[in-house]
Amino acid sequence: MMLKSKVSIVKGLSYQGGLPMLSWVLHRISGIGIILFVGMHVAASFFVHVVGTDSNIPDLLNVFYESWGFQLFIYFCAIFHALNGLRIIVLDLWPQALQYQREMTWLEWLIFIPIYGMGVFFILRNAFAGG
Amino acid sequence: MSARSTLRPRSVQPAWSFEYIMWFFTRVSGLTMYLLALSGVVGAFILGARTQVDLQTLLRWMFFPNRFHVEPYLDDAAFWVTAWWQIMQILIVFFAVSHGFNGLRVVIEDYVGRSFWRPLLRSVVFLLWLAMLVIAVFVILQA
Repeated sequence: MMLKSKVSIVKGLSYQGGLPMLSWVLHRISGIGIILFVGMHVAASFFVHVVGTDSNIPDLLNVFYESWGFQLFIYFCAIFHALNGLRIIVLDLWPQALQYQREMTWLEWLIFIPIYGMGVFFILRNAFAGG
Repeated sequence: MSARSTLRPRSVQPAWSFEYIMWFFTRVSGLTMYLLALSGVVGAFILGARTQVDLQTLLRWMFFPNRFHVEPYLDDAAFWVTAWWQIMQILIVFFAVSHGFNGLRVVIEDYVGRSFWRPLLRSVVFLLWLAMLVIAVFVILQA
């Protein structure tokens, strides 16, 4: 079935979905981010180990995804996607838990923030140390 | 208790359609990747990760237990290269790539609707999935 949506972008963005909607949006963005990273990574290792080292494509890819900005992004994607996926699985297996879905979203952020914060600390410390 | 009863008004028999199977596969592969990551961490510690590698390398091994993920940081990585870890790598690649490209298909089809683009983009995603699996398995067995 085709969705003939007559909702404008501004109206869509002003939808008051709150934290659960934010989780849905971030789940999509982080999923696509992980696909991009894994795709680049597989391509780079394919060029290095199979095609040979004449090509400079793997170097370009390595410089890009080893930069601290991209590391912050991909670490966010991996941790958020994993935790949010776990929340979705729990809600799907025990639909009774849907009553507490807002609390579960808070709990998810409560777990996410220290884990991601620790990664941010190490990534930025490495970046400022020049390594 | 009324809120609970409205959540499940009646029991619904699932139709074994492609979408239902992929919905189920997404959940199962998500949980499987948790288990594979756990086995990677436990295995790394059994192989001596506590004294041999740093946290970054341990995380690399956790997501994909390939010897190139630890070799530059180890004096002797030969111990880490076994058929067991090659099988684990292939399992991780299969579940992760299938989970990921099915997710990409779902996201794309959410925005495409029923036009001629839909089968076209579905075929592109299918070919990307296949190419990614073949390349990854080739890299694993070559390495």
